[in-house]
Amino acid sequence: MRRSRLLYVPFWATYVFLYAPIVVLVVMSFNSGESAYTYEGFSLKWYADLAADERIMDGLINTLIVATGSTVIATVLGTLLAVGLARHTRSKTLDAVALVPAVLPDLVLAIGLLLFYGMIQLTLGLYSVILAHGVFAMAFVAAVVRTRLSGADASLEEASRDLGAGPVTTFRKVTLPQLAPGIVAGALLAFTLSLDEFVIAFFTIGNSEQTLPIVIYSMIRFGVTPKINALAAVLLLVSFTAVIVGQRMTKIGESRAQD
Amino acid sequence: MKVSIEARPVSPSRGRRLGAFVFLAPGLTYLIVLLLVPLALVLSYTVFQRGRFGGVVYEFTGENFARLFDPLYLSVLGTSLKIAGLATLIALLLGYPTAYLIAQLPRKWKTIALVAIVLPFWTNFIIRAYAWIILLSGPGLVNSGLQALGLEPVELLYNEGAVVTGLLYSYLPLMVLPLYAAIEKLDPQLREASANLGASAFTTFRKVTLPLTVPGVMTGCLFVFVPSFGNFVIPEILGGGKTAMVGNLIRTEFLKARDWPFGSTLALALIAVLLVLLLAQAWVARRA
Amino acid sequence: MFRTRVTRRLPAAAAAAGLALAVAACGGGSTNSAETAPQATAAQLNPNADLAKQSLMVTVWDGYTPKELQDMVKKELKISKLDITIHDTNETAMTKLTTGGDSGIDVAFVSGQYAQALNEQNLLEPIHAELIPNLSNLYPEATQLSYDKGNKYSVPYTWGTTGICYRSDLVKTPPTSWNDLLKPPAWAEKKVTLMTTERWLALPALKSLGYSVNTAKDDEIAKAKELLLAAKPHLLAFDDTTFGDRLIKGEALMVEAWDGWCPTTDAKQNIKFAVPKEGSDLWVDTMVILKSSKNKEAAHAFINYILDPEVHRWAAENINYKVPNKAAMDKVKIAPGSLLGIKPAQLLDGEAIFDLGQASTKFTRLSSEIQAD
Repeated sequence: MRRSRLLYVPFWATYVFLYAPIVVLVVMSFNSGESAYTYEGFSLKWYADLAADERIMDGLINTLIVATGSTVIATVLGTLLAVGLARHTRSKTLDAVALVPAVLPDLVLAIGLLLFYGMIQLTLGLYSVILAHGVFAMAFVAAVVRTRLSGADASLEEASRDLGAGPVTTFRKVTLPQLAPGIVAGALLAFTLSLDEFVIAFFTIGNSEQTLPIVIYSMIRFGVTPKINALAAVLLLVSFTAVIVGQRMTKIGESRAQD
Repeated sequence: MKVSIEARPVSPSRGRRLGAFVFLAPGLTYLIVLLLVPLALVLSYTVFQRGRFGGVVYEFTGENFARLFDPLYLSVLGTSLKIAGLATLIALLLGYPTAYLIAQLPRKWKTIALVAIVLPFWTNFIIRAYAWIILLSGPGLVNSGLQALGLEPVELLYNEGAVVTGLLYSYLPLMVLPLYAAIEKLDPQLREASANLGASAFTTFRKVTLPLTVPGVMTGCLFVFVPSFGNFVIPEILGGGKTAMVGNLIRTEFLKARDWPFGSTLALALIAVLLVLLLAQAWVARRA
Repeated sequence: MFRTRVTRRLPAAAAAAGLALAVAACGGGSTNSAETAPQATAAQLNPNADLAKQSLMVTVWDGYTPKELQDMVKKELKISKLDITIHDTNETAMTKLTTGGDSGIDVAFVSGQYAQALNEQNLLEPIHAELIPNLSNLYPEATQLSYDKGNKYSVPYTWGTTGICYRSDLVKTPPTSWNDLLKPPAWAEKKVTLMTTERWLALPALKSLGYSVNTAKDDEIAKAKELLLAAKPHLLAFDDTTFGDRLIKGEALMVEAWDGWCPTTDAKQNIKFAVPKEGSDLWVDTMVILKSSKNKEAAHAFINYILDPEVHRWAAENINYKVPNKAAMDKVKIAPGSLLGIKPAQLLDGEAIFDLGQASTKFTRLSSEIQAD
């Protein structure tokens, strides 16, 4: 038992370390004073400020546009790629290439794309970020779908082909339904990653638009304000809700699958 | 129906080739155009000269590589290794016991504990760094606490320690998850057997648990080290412009100095360091 | 020199235009070759051109022009459209203007040395003074800016200098020298900031050593580096953006600051500004017209409109920047303590920062060395 008790020190240290800043962020978001450091009293004014901040709202909309666009690209191409890699080739090289964007440092991908967009003289904007996010998001979708695929029953597809169905029909009628949960998970992952992505967006967005992380970055560079705390609290609430809803949905999904 | 039956003997191979094309071509084309070509560009820019305001002059030069070995840039690489290494080490020291204990929790608590590890990860990455400004700065919370205890305020923000803290905070969940996955897979009977044979808890850990979780340790370390090593945001926000990591240099060369060829060379150095680490990991994983 | 903390909404129109432009952006491209002399290529402009057929794209720092500028310009000049895009630093503006195809930009706001560099690249249209009658509103000093005497290719929008911004209630003695920042007294230990942007990072050291801010001499830059390295352990941070806040909070006592960013007007905050005795710089943010512009008449009309005293005074009254426009400044009420009162002649004592061409890499290296140490 002595072992366990000693182990609980780093265990609790981890959670305190992870949550202390968050508690402070949330508490200070209700500060009635101007300072981000000293709590003076309860107020919701920073939330009102936040809602009225058009730059943040524009940033939020842009972020959602980018995340949606790149998720669509990544989900479609990533799913096809996963199936292609698992069922239609044995090339190790292609396997590796498909994983590169997931392990490559974001900064390297960012500058590569900046050079590339410069070379083809593309004017930067939201769509250049969508294309860029599509690259790494696709790698994650492909990885998630492949995991699902390795669990899926390949003999069903064999049977379908033996019965004369073409690859597209087999994919549509047999593979896709089996993969659906993996595709949804991959798409959610892609969407989440894009929402939070800063570095690649920062390099490839040009100057006329900003995504939310970029807005936050420039706000922080220009000073500390409780408005950012309010934003953090809202983001946390959204994540928390998403987690709970997600849990519920998987549970429902599982119980249905068992029926 | 008749057609398809007649076509049956040939259809697998032709269908397969068509299938391979239909499934692989779109994604691979995308990756070639938006991943491989850009990476090739980074690679090729390393041997060209800078344009006056960004861009590139296509005249061969080895100067960028010579510059890389300038003590200035070597020392920045060294600092980056040190900071990212420290963040990784602390993440491991905190993360291993945490993952170990989570794996032994009852099922319901396990899920909650894991979600609680990941949840902070879902606020914005930059806000996570920002939180530490509030905690660490001169008039910030930690110092207020120290002063309340009658102690002298200390300088916590705008130094390497603050950068390490920020990186640790950002990537700690990436250490815990793979470790948890590795520990969870362990057969509890192995440990029991070891204990029954008279091994102390520590010996069991050292001889049984640890060796079997080495791949998880490696993965976790990689997950923390890679994004830390190439980071420029956290050193900028928490380093007060007084700490330079290789990411900051790359960012400066690209967006401020507009020296794209040298920025590319630095990026190549970054990849090279990470590649060496990846190979080392693969080597260790194979031996384990 | 960068942007104020004033936030302004990014017009939806600009976003839409950005997308449209991008679609059309595949061809074209401005050339970087500087084979022809700038003055030889002045376009023939028609003073009676129909502006309703011209539209403008302007790039400017965020919050640097009035929010209503788009509507005002469209109404007054009758041009078909005005799009405003923002840049956060000179560097991003330069990248936008010199790489990545035809930027589609007609008028750009950049600092003087960057205007000079653009002109040396043959990217700027010479200013056709006859199309900008409001040039006569400028102070005589504003036509004598050393990087562009006679406003041949740039028109100044705002100007100012760099100095020490400090808490008069917390300092033991008011700063008078750059050495007060570089070798801070014990009471200011870790309560001092310098700027990060390379030329302004070097400025205090160069000036305190008696060198030119435009030096490209290796030994002078090396001496400046020694001074800065010696100063680094005593600094709170290198900071270009939040030094004003730090003074207000008391986190810093003395900071290197642009005059427009030093919050001196609230007497309760006890913040003052001093130009050190060793001298300082003169910075100018200018408006330039791109040679690639297809709407040059409208671009001149736009600059002329900005120079209208009623328009130009906005910058002094709202974002606290001095404007080099006598007619406009005469209308501005200068509050006690305001730095708007610094006279043009005083400003011209400062040394204008030049573009250093290839030698600018020496300053990039200097700033990396300071940061990495």
